Amino acid sequence: MAVADRREFLQHAGAFLLLTGTAAAAWEHVLAGQPESAPGYDASAHWWAWIIDVERCIGCGLCVKACKEENGVSLEPSYFRTWIERYEVDPDDPDHPHVTSPNGGYDGFPESTKPGVKTFFVPKLCNQCADSPCVQVCPVGATFQTPDGVVLVDKDYCLGCRYCVQACPYGCRFIDPETHTADKCTLCYHRITKGLKPACEEVCPTGARYLGDLKNPKDPIHEYLRTHKVHVLKPQMATHPKTFYNGLDGAVR
Amino acid sequence: MDGVQGFMYPNEVELQWSVLIVLYPFITGLVAGAFILASLERVFDVEAVKPTYRLALLTALAFMLVAPLPLQLHLGHPERSLEMYLTPHRTSAMAMFGFVYLWYLMAVLVVEIWLEYRREIVLAWQHASGVTRLAYGALALGSSNISPQALRVDDRVGRIVTIVGIPSAFLLHGYVGFIFGSLKSNPWWSTPMMPVVFLFSAIVSGIALVMLMYMAIAWYRRVPVDMRCLDTVARYLLYAFLIDFSLEMLDLVHRIYEADESFKTLDFMVHSRLFVSQIVLQIVLGTIVPIGLLALVQGGRMGEGARRAVYAAAGVLTLIGIFAMRWNVVIGGQLFSKSFLGYTTYKMEFATREGLGVSIVLLILPFVLLAGLVKLLPPWGRATIGR
Repeated sequence: MAVADRREFLQHAGAFLLLTGTAAAAWEHVLAGQPESAPGYDASAHWWAWIIDVERCIGCGLCVKACKEENGVSLEPSYFRTWIERYEVDPDDPDHPHVTSPNGGYDGFPESTKPGVKTFFVPKLCNQCADSPCVQVCPVGATFQTPDGVVLVDKDYCLGCRYCVQACPYGCRFIDPETHTADKCTLCYHRITKGLKPACEEVCPTGARYLGDLKNPKDPIHEYLRTHKVHVLKPQMATHPKTFYNGLDGAVR
Repeated sequence: MDGVQGFMYPNEVELQWSVLIVLYPFITGLVAGAFILASLERVFDVEAVKPTYRLALLTALAFMLVAPLPLQLHLGHPERSLEMYLTPHRTSAMAMFGFVYLWYLMAVLVVEIWLEYRREIVLAWQHASGVTRLAYGALALGSSNISPQALRVDDRVGRIVTIVGIPSAFLLHGYVGFIFGSLKSNPWWSTPMMPVVFLFSAIVSGIALVMLMYMAIAWYRRVPVDMRCLDTVARYLLYAFLIDFSLEMLDLVHRIYEADESFKTLDFMVHSRLFVSQIVLQIVLGTIVPIGLLALVQGGRMGEGARRAVYAAAGVLTLIGIFAMRWNVVIGGQLFSKSFLGYTTYKMEFATREGLGVSIVLLILPFVLLAGLVKLLPPWGRATIGR
């Protein structure tokens, strides 16, 4: 009888240990999938979208600087979460615009040397596509879309295969030279989930960027979209970007 | 910026996929092609190519074992690659790589080779001694049944495996083409032709490789080449090449005629940065010349020595041409901006993780493995195994 009890005890103890171990491992995975803790932020109650006003951008580069500083982006000139392009479009030859982005516009732009052309600045950043090719192609799901419509990268999970970088039609992704994982604009997720503005919007002196919440009926973005003729980049890609440009010239790609 | 002409989006200046990713489709192509040549004998009973059957299988295995290495070396986090098996993302074309690879390696290649060699493995196990005996015993999986009935079963199962293997080989390489062809962001890659073109170029490269290996091994062993076999293999190479070339030309003509928004940019790239690798190496030296050489043999009455020389030249040019084709797809697809306003440069390094040195090692490695496999499982003479 005592032997049977001991066997029973060992069986129960074994099952308990096995199950709690499995449960703990599973729980770890559940936690790993959670966004950064942000008390009071309900991701499913928001749907973020950008308004970029080309007419207002003066190419000062403060947004580029602020982004790099806020997010610890490498200062090397081929890694940008946001950058600015200057278009110089000859009205007689709109198919061949002269485009420059020295150091992503980090230091601003030298004076244009092309008289008689149409000149304007275009801020670029992740378009937060609703149907993101980058999310589609990630082999392990390290790139994902949050319930509030933000495309993020789980750096602890990304393999660094670079397929997502190839899949982005807008050139918005790069491989972080420090972590060797994919990197891109996060909409400053650590800030917006605390009720703050993204760093680039915060510092823009002309208000060329505005991040709005399409799920908030009181957000001025609704009024803006109703009263302005906006456009998205490369609509033919059918990625359904949530970055709307006001005053976008047809030459921009 | 250094090496940039016109305008690139800033994040595009640095190339994402290096020469290692050129090796990946090149090597898997050789695997698929070699296997398809092997299955000609097995399934379609082309008796003439029988002398290359086992060699083709072992070549496919040697290259297959190396195929994932360039990918692994290229990853930013190679230690996480297992996640592709454990938590594959269902919508990702790339996530399927591990499964396609494992299926082809374990369910097709290894099983077919094992069934083909089982009788000899068992005999070697019974007659050898020491470590060799242990090794062949392990390879025999402990079963020594080589009764005529058991061998008949082996043969039947082997045939089924080969029949399953042919679509699997198509899947393996067509799939590699799909990884590129399914990216709408990149007009150089994005075409439904990509898997088909990859597949036929794979068949071409695999046949060329086995043809060259067969001649090289015959020369090394100082045994005469079976010219009937060689002529047949070369003829299949020509047929496959003609299909491959037609498909590539169809793609080209379609692009030129359609002339979509990317055309001028890509056209300029082909005539400038890709001129040597695309026009000279891939199309002229790597395709038109070998097709011409192989066709020449079909028409004329050439002596055996001359035919062998022509086959050797055609084989080497073919491999160079197919390698150039992989290069032009992978590297070419990253040299232009997705804004269609500029071009960048690929700077290949030598002694880095993704450099030329590693690539050379990765290209030599399959031959080292093949030498080992040939020693363990000699493709010729049923009496030589285990000695």
